[in-house]
Amino acid sequence: MSQQSIADETVTLTVNGEDRDFPAGSSVADLLESHKLDPRLVVVEHNRSVLRDRDAYATIALATGDVVEIVHFVGGG
Amino acid sequence: MTTATLPVNDVPFEIAGREFRSRLMVGTGKYRSNEEMSAAIEASGAEVVTVAVRRVDLNRANDEGMLRHLNPDQHFLLANTAGCYSAEEAVRYARLARAAGFNEWIKLEVLGDEETLLPDVAGLLEATKVLVDEGFKVMAYTNEDLIVALRLEDAGAVAVMPLASPIGSGLGLLNPQAIRTIKRRLSVPVIVDAGVGCATDACAAMEQGVDGILMNTGIAAATDPVRMAHAMKLAVEAGRASFLAGRMPKRETAMPSSPLDGMLG
Repeated sequence: MSQQSIADETVTLTVNGEDRDFPAGSSVADLLESHKLDPRLVVVEHNRSVLRDRDAYATIALATGDVVEIVHFVGGG
Repeated sequence: MTTATLPVNDVPFEIAGREFRSRLMVGTGKYRSNEEMSAAIEASGAEVVTVAVRRVDLNRANDEGMLRHLNPDQHFLLANTAGCYSAEEAVRYARLARAAGFNEWIKLEVLGDEETLLPDVAGLLEATKVLVDEGFKVMAYTNEDLIVALRLEDAGAVAVMPLASPIGSGLGLLNPQAIRTIKRRLSVPVIVDAGVGCATDACAAMEQGVDGILMNTGIAAATDPVRMAHAMKLAVEAGRASFLAGRMPKRETAMPSSPLDGMLG
């Protein structure tokens, strides 16, 4: 299998500072699902843009080089 | 009816038109367990509860997310921008917090120095302006400088939060006169934030006439946080009542409490 075909099948994202491979065509919803994260308990930032509409997660496709931050509320003062 | 039948002869505590039932606000950091945190919040009687925004740890199975432990129907979740050292970074964190979907309020911190955690007031003012323009209700953590407090109010902050002493220091109220001055000169609520270490400190801060106190370490780092949360609740109520009651004038000399007349001959 050539490098090209592997690249076609996966996308490499930077998620919370780490490079991770996902199947090509993955959406933000797929990304959360793969990490077993409840969309109601996290907030996603995609390429420095905060996603305010959780209903749109399934429609946002991810591409190689995308930077995603997944955050949540933790204890703080 | 005597005033003693009123828990506190008080006016409602309001920020930006929203009424809050407790003048004590508490943080959720540094507890030894989530159970202890929940019990302490309960004992404090606080309605406003602060949280921080951090990355989800994708490599760890256990979830540290606060939303599993706090009921947003019972508590008003106030997200902070703790740990941010520039206006740009604080604005980014505030936007993330808002997207959680609970409210548009933010406890804005822009820090300037890692040793003291004192605010970078230039960055704080800049971030306040940006966030107010974006519709945020900004509660600004600042030092006890009157001019900065006035500028924050002018910039649209809904509350100004001067420190009692540095974050996590427990040194108590270092500059009561400055806090009184800020309270006297500002129209927006003044909430003392940071540095309260024990009930005396909380009471003393409230006796300056401020509208409320936000604390975290003073409760969480106590030997018995739940008991301290209870003590802080009482201290905030006592301090408020004491302020409203109006203290007696101080004298350099003694004055007897009992009549001088009628002493035996």
